[in-house]
Amino acid sequence: MHADDAAGRVVERKELSRVTIRFSGDSGDGMQLAGTHFTNTSALIGNDVSSLPEFPAEIRAPAGSVPGVSSFQISFADEDIFTPGDRPDVLVAMNPAALKANLHDLPRGATIIVNSDEFHAANLKKASYARSPLEDGSLASFRLFEVPITSMNERTLAETGLGSHEVARCKNFFALGLMYWLYNRPIDPTLRLIADKFGRRADLAVANQLALKAGHAFGETAEMFSEHYVVRPAHLKPGTYRNLTGNTATALGCLAVSQITGLPLFYGSYPITPASEILHELSRFKQFGVKTFQAEDEIAAIGSTIGAAFGGALGLTGTSGPGFALKSEALGMAVMTELPLVVVNVQRAGPSTGMPTRTEQADLLQAMFGRNGESPVAVLAPATPADCFEMAIEAFRLALRHMTPVVLLSDGYLANGSEPWRVPALADLPRIEVKYAEARPGETFRPYARDPQWLARPWAVPGTPGLEHRLGTLEKQDGSGTVSYDGENHHRMVELRAEKIARIAQDVPPQEVWGGDEGRVLVLGWGSTFGALRSAVQRHRREGRAVSHAHLRYLNPFPANLGEILGRFERVWLPEINLGQLALLLRARFLVDVLGYNRVAGQPFGISEIYDQIGQQYEAASSPPAR
Amino acid sequence: MSTPAVKLTRKDMVSDQEVRWCPGCGDYAILSQIQRVLPELGIPRENLVFVSGIGCSSRLPYYMSTYGFHSIHGRAPTIASGLKMARPELHVWVITGDGDGLSIGGNHLLHAMRRNVDLKIILFNNQIYGLTKGQYSPTSEFGKKTKSSPHGNIDHPVRPLSVALAAEASFVARSIDRDTKHLQQVLLRAARHRGTAFVEVYQNCVIFNDGAFDEFADKEWRAERTVVLEHGQPLIFGAQRDKGIRASGVRPEIVRLDDPELQREQLLVHDEQREDPTLAMMLDRMTSPELPVPLGVFRAVERPVYDELMEQQIRQARLRQPPDLEAVFRQGDTWEIEPEAD
Ligand code: SF4
Repeated sequence: MHADDAAGRVVERKELSRVTIRFSGDSGDGMQLAGTHFTNTSALIGNDVSSLPEFPAEIRAPAGSVPGVSSFQISFADEDIFTPGDRPDVLVAMNPAALKANLHDLPRGATIIVNSDEFHAANLKKASYARSPLEDGSLASFRLFEVPITSMNERTLAETGLGSHEVARCKNFFALGLMYWLYNRPIDPTLRLIADKFGRRADLAVANQLALKAGHAFGETAEMFSEHYVVRPAHLKPGTYRNLTGNTATALGCLAVSQITGLPLFYGSYPITPASEILHELSRFKQFGVKTFQAEDEIAAIGSTIGAAFGGALGLTGTSGPGFALKSEALGMAVMTELPLVVVNVQRAGPSTGMPTRTEQADLLQAMFGRNGESPVAVLAPATPADCFEMAIEAFRLALRHMTPVVLLSDGYLANGSEPWRVPALADLPRIEVKYAEARPGETFRPYARDPQWLARPWAVPGTPGLEHRLGTLEKQDGSGTVSYDGENHHRMVELRAEKIARIAQDVPPQEVWGGDEGRVLVLGWGSTFGALRSAVQRHRREGRAVSHAHLRYLNPFPANLGEILGRFERVWLPEINLGQLALLLRARFLVDVLGYNRVAGQPFGISEIYDQIGQQYEAASSPPAR
Repeated sequence: MSTPAVKLTRKDMVSDQEVRWCPGCGDYAILSQIQRVLPELGIPRENLVFVSGIGCSSRLPYYMSTYGFHSIHGRAPTIASGLKMARPELHVWVITGDGDGLSIGGNHLLHAMRRNVDLKIILFNNQIYGLTKGQYSPTSEFGKKTKSSPHGNIDHPVRPLSVALAAEASFVARSIDRDTKHLQQVLLRAARHRGTAFVEVYQNCVIFNDGAFDEFADKEWRAERTVVLEHGQPLIFGAQRDKGIRASGVRPEIVRLDDPELQREQLLVHDEQREDPTLAMMLDRMTSPELPVPLGVFRAVERPVYDELMEQQIRQARLRQPPDLEAVFRQGDTWEIEPEAD
């Protein structure tokens, strides 16, 4: 396919199946906005998309410095994709710092589009470049395009009467327009959104629209791009779609539970990166009766939530690792009082404050064991941003049926990453039945009497006549729930609490294996590594290797069939962004020699990295085990 | 959900659990006054909830026949706040102590009070850690010798009411375990207050800090060494009611009413409804033996109530925009994927 451009040149149109672009600039350059628009437009024309923003850790890092760089990566394809891509095919660098911060991620041959106006001495110095990388030949192995974005944007907007600061803020749209041209995307949806967004400042709306159009026109007329690219629509299941980040999906899932059950949702939380968006989202839903409480600290956040759960509400609290540590004692209280509660931990790099904006999977053992005494809770982990919706519903379903706290382990990568989500019809949402206890005339109420199937105790909420009872954190007498210091009773209660969680295994779907049911290598995973693992396994299978993938969403208890699955493969290989936490649990539980692959660099795994590693495992498995 | 008001008695408030405080502990008197006051409120028993932390006082919910929650150390205000927000129709009490409420849980107490959540917070102040067997507490006096301060306590004590006033709690009062009548009145006023009611009760720990308040609270000289606050009335005290308090600048001083120089208008008149907590703060600084210790309601003002505001926002949001989950699902950009024809 080709197109004749206005100048009569023949511009080649190449078909690609997948492209990964990274927009990068100063945190004031509007890269997140440009990336979001690109994502939405790509989704609108039917590509499957996956995106991931990356913010500077320091909010006030100096402008033009490497720590102040903000980026947004998006991958779009004509087939199902599972990750925002490994290494960008294209980098848009708005200044020297953005180039410096991202260069090491680029494969040889990648395209770099720089805003050449910004490569002046002062900016080079801020990015610690001794000489301009545009001139010293250090970018020879890339396809470099120097575009004077700042000055062209200024010229475009010279007549608008806007101040220089406001003009400068439009240049992200110039860059976006250029990328739209290069990847053959329509500019109309963005033009419309700009009009909506700047409703009250018509002058700004017009300026941004002009910048977008100018960037697009530049792509068309400039001589520098000899080709532009087409990515065809993907084959997604029919339906209505929208883009969803993991945090929004978590919030919507919990909201859905409130609608399904008819119970009001209470969210107690303390602001923390990267979980705060859940609080922002839920605080917008007052019309649904959602009560959000910004507590004085993490302990008050969970304490208030437990109080609300005692009162019969859907109790939800959310945080990240350091906050989760603070919640430990109160979580133990929820175990002791056997109240339904969902705790979302959006994991980030630790220990301690760690790297707040970077992702990690290192809170699994904390979720499992980070409390005093034998204190079991159910632990779930969504696999993708949109899966957060489904798993939030699952977390509440289990919490309510089994009268237990459930920890939902999300992470920074899921929280901020996005993917298309097929909007469910309300009728398709799962049913969840909830029954509060009611008084039976002539019977003394026993708050710790258990239902024989699941061992759950009744949920008796204040305000119900005849069920007045005292919950407490002291050990309970089995059945009556009064305080008991009897050793035998304590042993029984410890076992009952453990058994109650263990029985949840009968209430979760069996573990699925993608690929063959048996074979040489089983790639195991959990949480946000899903995309990289599935893509890498898919590639090996296409190349004819007997590799399968099982991704765990239920981490405690494990699905009932998991042990049997592990036994069917020669090798079980488990990459984790920690030092082997799930591997430790699996080895202890199933006595299977689970092999770990562990890299804790604050970054998701790349597909090619996992692909190579699986290759090595595959080779090693085919040779007889050395004993 | 609530049943029509029934006539309850003190007995209806007593649970079947054996009370386990040390014989002679001041906690008994407080428990019994709470049980006496509740029936007067006309609130159905199932709508009463007692939430506590950890410590001797925090065992109280077990002895009530209402709903109760004996939680973890210092966190009762958080659980009670969450419960009240979720279920504003409930009548929620917090039972705490000087260690529970002002040491480990100080932060929560502060924030519950500044928000003005509709909670009745009763702080049993015995100036010692009882349950852990006798360490100094945040209200123990400077220099006090205890198990953990054999050379004398070098912590400066905190004044519970000053903390409450600094948080601008809307109801702040003090009473004492051994004056059952006064305690009853104060508890009743607290129960009827809208918003956070904070009541400090001087409570004698017979085992680890016996007689801590005798210096002013002993029956023999209580009238001489305490002053009962009454709204709109001058501060007058003494067995013969022959002494009063006058403010010299911001410093209170004792005056004799039979002093011929004294003009009655110079006496300090109590005003519990003052927005500004300065006067109440000054009263809280009156300590024995220099001055009589004030008992009663220091402050009772109206302030917007947190849980009511929360309900109000929900009602308003519903008027503006009825709940529509499907619309929320479809917020932002959506696109259609059509079935493929093949
Ligand atoms: S230790 Fe003191 S406060 Fe505790 S029950 Fe005994 S007397 Fe009462």
